[in-house]
Amino acid sequence: MTDKISKALFEYCLRLGDSPLILGQRLGEWCGHGPILEEDIALTNIALDLIGQSRAFLTYAGEIEAKGRTEDDLAFLRNEREFRNLLLTEQPNGDFAQTMLRQLFVSAFQYYFYSALKLSKDKTLSALAEKSLKEVSYHLRHSAQWVIRLGDGTSESKARLENALDELWKYTGDLFDMDDTDTILIKEGIVPDLNLLREDWLDKISETFGLASISIPENVFMMSGSRKGKHTEHLGHMLSEMQYLQRAFPGATW
Amino acid sequence: MESHSEQEKEKQFNERIDRGDIIEPKDWMPERYRKQLIRIMGQHAHSEIVGMLPEGNWITRAPSLRRKAVLLAKVQDEAGHGLYIYSGTETLGVSRDQMNQELLSGKAKYSSIFNYPTLSWADMGAIGWLVDGAAIVNQTALAKCSYGPYARAMIRICKEENFHHKQGYEILATLMTGTPEQKAMAQDAVDRFWWPSLMMFGPSDKDSPNTAELMRWKVKKYTNDDLRQRFIDRTVPQAENIGLKLPDDKLKWNPDTMHYEHGEINWDEFYNVIKGNGICNHQRLKARNDAHDKGAWVREAANAYAGKHAEKTMAA
Repeated sequence: MTDKISKALFEYCLRLGDSPLILGQRLGEWCGHGPILEEDIALTNIALDLIGQSRAFLTYAGEIEAKGRTEDDLAFLRNEREFRNLLLTEQPNGDFAQTMLRQLFVSAFQYYFYSALKLSKDKTLSALAEKSLKEVSYHLRHSAQWVIRLGDGTSESKARLENALDELWKYTGDLFDMDDTDTILIKEGIVPDLNLLREDWLDKISETFGLASISIPENVFMMSGSRKGKHTEHLGHMLSEMQYLQRAFPGATW
Repeated sequence: MESHSEQEKEKQFNERIDRGDIIEPKDWMPERYRKQLIRIMGQHAHSEIVGMLPEGNWITRAPSLRRKAVLLAKVQDEAGHGLYIYSGTETLGVSRDQMNQELLSGKAKYSSIFNYPTLSWADMGAIGWLVDGAAIVNQTALAKCSYGPYARAMIRICKEENFHHKQGYEILATLMTGTPEQKAMAQDAVDRFWWPSLMMFGPSDKDSPNTAELMRWKVKKYTNDDLRQRFIDRTVPQAENIGLKLPDDKLKWNPDTMHYEHGEINWDEFYNVIKGNGICNHQRLKARNDAHDKGAWVREAANAYAGKHAEKTMAA
């Protein structure tokens, strides 16, 4: 593997590790506060899957980088600008509608993404994609069902869902942003071209929205920045909380 | 005539208990037996649910990804235990909604240990090791209780609690091999959680109003003091193993009784926390009420959706 490729792969693995980490961290905030006990279990379960995915991708990132950094070094000792998670994943939980809609957007993306990444020439990525795909299939089903229920439930739940859509839709363009890192790895057959996933993703969202009786917003300016570590202000606060012990007691083993 | 047949039924019931029969939901049982079980199982289920809060307090701050995953799994287990035991109380004719209302109104009790705050990461270790350790001693005894659904739930729950207990101990063991600050953190957690965990077994036998009746019906097989002693005997050597000091100067091994002697428990504190004066009583109940209130529109939406689709299915 040339330097250029391994550098791109390291960068790409940070993206793959950071998004589930930050979304898992957000879902962890729900613990004990869900609307029903079954949802406490489901949200925790999804968080647990996501943290597991993050650990695998960050560990692999550390191996590719070959500077001895572990999953924990990467998760707990990088700053805001070094994080590569999708902007959607750091958005606040808001109410249950916002949490579920955010989950639908991300899980649908992960579903098509992992399906494509399974074909990667990189055996590690391919294996991790296959394992993760099983998990996100459930996340997708769960979040889509809730979005449908909320859209087709009461007038209040529908209003809340539409409000969540206003908050979140502008971050969905960021899912498909690509840069030189993508170009290098696509050429090697290591990662999929995200442009090819967009239509499937949009179809899935349209189908779900149809059942939920809500519409995809038009003429929304899309935010971007995650690929370059340009985040919303929310991420810094999440990291302060998440990284607190590792920062307060440098070098300690936990 | 009727009261005579009630008496006869109760006599037969007591004979079944004496024979060691397991009572199942459809079997006849005295009203008082049913009520006592609802009370005990309810307290247990509520404790699982409220117990999610002090540990949930550290999920976002867990110091490694492995610890975060393990803690998430543990709290998820607790929600599952709550759900499982609520299903058990349904076999006694009380719905989950009714149980939940009693918790939210403050009428039902839950384990007082969860009214203590979790102030450091080491508290995740202390809760796993001491609180789950005490729960295991209690629940292992309950796994042989006379009511079938509860006994079976305890067998399954104990298996998971054993994991939690080991994980908690491992958190503390790791801290005790760490930096001086980490050791101090572990010791401080144990200093704060030791006595409250002894209180988890309930009042001393002479002050326990329910014990005699529960033992007669084999809901309880051992007294509070017996179980507490069992917990102390197994826990002291574990503390010594990793260099933790239990905060009781009177704690010492008695070779004649083959048990540890211990100092007097501060029962004033115990009753005070039960009465609602623990540092987190208000916060815990408020968190549960907030979750319930903020979730109302979600539950209404789910019901409305289910209603609409049931109508559509009927029409089709």
